[in-house]
Amino acid sequence: MKPFRYERAGSLASACASATEPTAKFIAGGTNLLDLMKLQIETPTHLVDIGPLPLAEIEESAEGGLRIGARVTNSALAADMRVRRRYPVLSQAILAGASAQLRNKATTGGNLLQRTRCSYFYDTTKPCNKRMPGSGCAALGGLNRMNAVIGVSSDCIAAHGSDMAVAMAALDARVETVAADGVTRTIPIDALYRPPGNTPHIETVLAPGELIQSVVLPPPPPGQQLYRKVRDRASFAFALVSVAVVVTREDDRVRAARVAFGGISYKPWRSAEAEAALIGATVTRASFDAAGRAALRDARGYGYNDFKIPLARRTLRAALADATGVI
Amino acid sequence: MAEGKLADPIGLPLDRVDGQLKVTGRATYAFEYATQGGAAYGVIVPSAIAKGRVVAVDVQEAQHAPGVLLVLTKDNAPPQTPWGPVDLPDRFARAEPALDSDEVRYFGFPVAFVVAETFEEANAAAALVSVRCDSLPGQYDLHSAGPTAEDPGHISDGAPANSSVGDFEAAFATAPVKIEALYTTPYQNQAPMEPHATMAVWEGQMLTVHTSAQLTTSPQEGLARTFNIPKENVRVVTRYIGGGFGSKLPFYVDATLAAIGARIVGRPVKLAMTRPQLFHMTTHRTASEQRLRLGADRDGRLTAYGQDALVQCARFDNYTEPVCGAARMLYAAPNRLTRHRLAKLDLPRSDSMRAPGDAIGLLALECAMDELADALGFDPVDLRLRNDTEIDPERDRPFASRHLAEALRLGAARFGWDKRIAKPASVRDGRWLIGLGVASAVRADVLRSATARARLERDGRLTVELAMTDIGTGTYTILTQVAAEAMELPVDRVTVRLGDTRFPPTAGSGGSFGAATSSSAVLAACRKLNAGLALGLTEAEGSVTPADLDDTYAHAGFGAHFAEAAVHRDTGEVRVRRMLGVFAAGRILNAKTARSQMIGGMTWGIGSALIEENHVDPRYGSFVNQDLASYHVAVNADVGSLDVMFLDEADPHGSPLGSKGIGELGICGAGAAVINAIHNATGARIRDMPATPDKLLATLETLDA
Ligand SMILES: Cc1cc2nc3c(=O)[nH]c(=O)nc-3n(C[C@H](O)[C@H](O)[C@H](O)COP(=O)(O)OP(=O)(O)OC[C@H]3O[C@@H](n4cnc5c(N)ncnc54)[C@H](O)[C@@H]3O)c2cc1C
Ligand code: SF4
Repeated sequence: MKPFRYERAGSLASACASATEPTAKFIAGGTNLLDLMKLQIETPTHLVDIGPLPLAEIEESAEGGLRIGARVTNSALAADMRVRRRYPVLSQAILAGASAQLRNKATTGGNLLQRTRCSYFYDTTKPCNKRMPGSGCAALGGLNRMNAVIGVSSDCIAAHGSDMAVAMAALDARVETVAADGVTRTIPIDALYRPPGNTPHIETVLAPGELIQSVVLPPPPPGQQLYRKVRDRASFAFALVSVAVVVTREDDRVRAARVAFGGISYKPWRSAEAEAALIGATVTRASFDAAGRAALRDARGYGYNDFKIPLARRTLRAALADATGVI
Repeated sequence: MAEGKLADPIGLPLDRVDGQLKVTGRATYAFEYATQGGAAYGVIVPSAIAKGRVVAVDVQEAQHAPGVLLVLTKDNAPPQTPWGPVDLPDRFARAEPALDSDEVRYFGFPVAFVVAETFEEANAAAALVSVRCDSLPGQYDLHSAGPTAEDPGHISDGAPANSSVGDFEAAFATAPVKIEALYTTPYQNQAPMEPHATMAVWEGQMLTVHTSAQLTTSPQEGLARTFNIPKENVRVVTRYIGGGFGSKLPFYVDATLAAIGARIVGRPVKLAMTRPQLFHMTTHRTASEQRLRLGADRDGRLTAYGQDALVQCARFDNYTEPVCGAARMLYAAPNRLTRHRLAKLDLPRSDSMRAPGDAIGLLALECAMDELADALGFDPVDLRLRNDTEIDPERDRPFASRHLAEALRLGAARFGWDKRIAKPASVRDGRWLIGLGVASAVRADVLRSATARARLERDGRLTVELAMTDIGTGTYTILTQVAAEAMELPVDRVTVRLGDTRFPPTAGSGGSFGAATSSSAVLAACRKLNAGLALGLTEAEGSVTPADLDDTYAHAGFGAHFAEAAVHRDTGEVRVRRMLGVFAAGRILNAKTARSQMIGGMTWGIGSALIEENHVDPRYGSFVNQDLASYHVAVNADVGSLDVMFLDEADPHGSPLGSKGIGELGICGAGAAVINAIHNATGARIRDMPATPDKLLATLETLDA
C-alpha cells in the first residue's frame, strides 16, 4: 500500500470537490478498494471517506418505489422488509454475494462500482489493459474461466462481479449522482457501465468526483421475481453465471418478462432479446431455452469460459421454471 | 493423589486444553511475539518472472523511504550454504538460503527483502525496489512433459518408484473384464489460515526463531546448516500453529530472512508471507496424471492391477508424490504394476499436502474401481469386499490389523446402501438427480522417533515437555490425557509444553505419525517416572523409535466413505447431502478431536472432488489463483451432514498405545465417494478433477434429450 491522505467527507459538495483530483478516490466500505490498494492495483494518494455523509437511508419515493442511499450496507438493504416484500429478487441477489461479514461493510454505491475479479487484473506481473492501458490482455489466451462472453472486446473480456447490480438491472434501477459543481443527474443502471472497447480502464460514465448518492427502484413490476446464481462452491464465490428474472404468467403463456444475467459481461446484462422471445411464449422449458438462445446469440467463449454460454441458457431455464412453477 | 482422578482419560472427548487460550486470543502465534525494544518488520519482494537471472536490483528509492532499516538483495546478502543437499535423508533439514545467488528458480522467487520500523513502511518500500531480470524459457506444463519425465528411483516415502508382481501386462491383456482410464488431478495449495511467519531474535551467537512450523528439530538443523553455525546455537519455538497441512513441514525464507535481517539491523525482525506469496513461495500439492488399468475375472476378482502416475517437482528438487502408495496395499491381485514418473518443471516446489500420495491416488483409484464395478455389473461395495486381503499384497506381510470389510459392511448398513439403484440417473428429487457412492480409505501407519520428558513438580503437578508441535489438531490435549492416565493424575494437574527445541527432540507433526509417536514417548517417560517415584525419582525421559512398530506386519488404518450427492439437472451444481465415514484407526485417544480430524478430512475430500484446484498459466509459469477469493476450499455450505463412526480396533502389534494415524485417513477416498455418487446420480464419469458444473453439462444435455 502506498501512503495516502485520508479525509472524512464534511459535506456532499466538499467530498465531490476533493475527489475531483485525478488521484483521489471515494471510499465507502472499503472491501474492494482496500484490497486493491494493498496490491497497488489502485494507488490513490487521497481518500475521501463518504462515511459521514447522510446517505444511509432507504426511503419511499414519490412514484411508489424506493430510494436507497449509497451508503446503505448490503446487509441492511437485503434485510429491509420493504425490499424483501416488494423486491425479493434484490434481497436474494445480495444474499447470494460475498459473505455476511463483507455484506455488513459493503455499500450500495461501492457494490455497483466494485472492480472485476479477473485473475490477471489482480496479478500485477501480468499484462492487463484495464490495470495498465496498452499492456495487453493476459486473459484472452489464458485462464479465462471467470471472464465474460458477451458485450466485451478483444482488449478486455473482464466480467463484472456484482450480484446486486443484476437484480437492479432487472428492476430498471436508476443511479442518482452529484458532481463537484453540484449538478445532479440520473443514469439508468444499464447506462452506468461503459463497454470496454479499447479503453477498458474507463469503466463507468461517472466523471471524476461524481458521487453516487442513491439508487432508485421504480415501483415493483408485476410478476414473480427470482435470482438464481451458479458458482463453483455453494457459498462465498463469485457467479459463474447468474440470472435475475421477473416474470408474469397468464395461463400457459408468459405475459411479461424481464431478464438480466450476471457473470457474463462487463455489466449486469439485461437481455431485451430474451424478454422479446418470452412474451407470449408457452410456459415450457423449451421456450425458456429458446429465450436463452436468443439472449446468447452474440455470445462467444474464449476457451476456458465457453461453458458459460450453455450454462447461462440452462440457468435462465431453471430460474424461469422455478418462477413460473413449471415442474 | 487419586482424589478427583478421572477414570482412564485416554479416549474421552476432552475439550481442547488450549481452547480457551485460542478463543480469547491469548495463544501466541509466531508473528504475535512481542519483544523488548520492539521488532522491526520485514517484507519480501518476489520475482515477476519464473525462470532466469536477476540482472540488477535498484534499491536507491527503497533505501531512502521512511522507516527503512535494510534493503537486502543478492548484492549484500551474507554468504550462506547453497540450497540442499537435495538428497539429504531429512529433506526438511536442507539449507534454505535466501538472496544467495542471482538465479530465479520459480515465479515469485524472493529477490529482495526490506526491513523497516513498521510493517506499512516495509511494505511501501518493498514496492519501490526495482528488479531487472533476464528471463529464460522454462517448462511449466505437466501434461506435455509426460514423455520426457524421469524415473525418480524412489518416491518420497522412501519406497521404490516402481513395483511389479507377477506379469501385469499379460494378465491385463487377457482379463475377461477390464477398464482403462486416464485421471487427472489439479494443483492444490494447502492454504492454512495462518500464513508462514517468523520472528527472529539474536542474543550473541544464539538465534531464536519463533516460527510457524510443523517440525522443530528439522528447521533447527536446517537453519544451522544454512548459516553454517552449530545446531545448538539455534532455538526454534513454535507453540501454536494455525494449520499447516504439510506446507509447514519445510521451513522457508521467512525464517532465513528474518534471521539475516535481525542480525544486520541488530534487533528482532518479524515477517509474515502475504497470502499471494504463500501460493508460490511455499510448497503445493502436485497435479497428477494417472492411468488406471484394472482387469478382473467375471467373479469380480482382480487379476491385473496397474497404476501409472505422472507428477511434478521443482527443477532443482526431487520430491515425488507417492501416488501409488495406497494401490500397493489396498486390494489383492496376483499381477500388479505401479509406476511413478517425475516431471521436473520450472515451477515452485511440490511437497506434502494432507495425505500426500493417497489423497489423489485414491481419488483416481477408487473411481476406477467404480468403473470396474460398472463394467462387471457388480455392486461397488461387493467388488471391494471381494478383493479384500489380510496380507499386504506387495510386501507379503500380514496386516497388523485391517478392518476394511467391517467398515464397508457396517457403513453400507448405516448409510442405507441397499436403497441405491445401480442404474444412473434413476433417482430424482425435483430438479435434482440423486446418487450414492462408496470408496475405501487406507493410509499407511508409521512410527517415528521421539523423546519426552516428564517431571513431577513440588506441588504435585506433572509437567511434560517435548519438541512436538500442535498444528491445531489437538496434540496438547491428547498428550495431557496420555500423561494423566499413565501417572494416574487428573488431567487438570498435567501441563504439556510443546514447540521448543529446548525440549527433547521429536519428529514433529506430519504424515499422521505425530499422535502415535509423541504419545508413545510421553507414555514411556511417564511409566518410567511412575516406576521410579518410590525411589524418589522426579524426572524421567522416555523414547520411542520406528523399531517399536513390529515390521513383520504391515501397518495401516482403513475405512469406508459413503456419499449422497445431488446434481442439479439444469446447472450441474453438485451438493453433497450427506456423508458417512467409518474408520478402523486403532485406539482413539480423544473421541472429540479424532472426530474433528475425520470431518475435516472428509470436508477436504469434498473440496478435492468438487472445488479445489489451482491452474498454472504455462505462458508465465505462475499459479493463476493467488488469493482465497479465487482459490476455493470447501465452505460450510458445501458440506451436508457428516457422520463419523469409529470401529473398536485393538492392535496388539501396533504402536505402544495401539493408536494409529488419523489426521489423513479421513481425506483418503472421501473425494472418490463423492465422484462415484455423481456418476450414480447422472451417469457422468468425471475423470478430470474437480467436478465443477461445466464438466457435467454435456451429460446433462443428453439427459435433456
Ligand atoms: C472475498 C470477496 C468475495 C466477494 N464476493 C462477492 C460476490 O459473490 N458477489 C458480489 O456481488 N460481490 C462480492 N464481493 C464484492 C463486494 O460486494 C464489494 O467489495 C462491495 O460491494 C464493495 O462495496 P464497498 O462499500 O466496500 O466499496 P469500496 O471498496 O469502498 O469502494 C469500491 C469502489 O466504489 C467507489 N465508491 C464507493 N462508494 C461510492 C459512491 N457513493 N460514489 C462513487 N464512488 C463510490 C470507490 O471509490 C471504489 O472505487 C466480494 C468481495 C470480496 C472481498
Ligand atoms: S480481461 Fe480485462 S481485466 Fe482481465 S486481463 Fe484482460 S484486460 Fe485485464
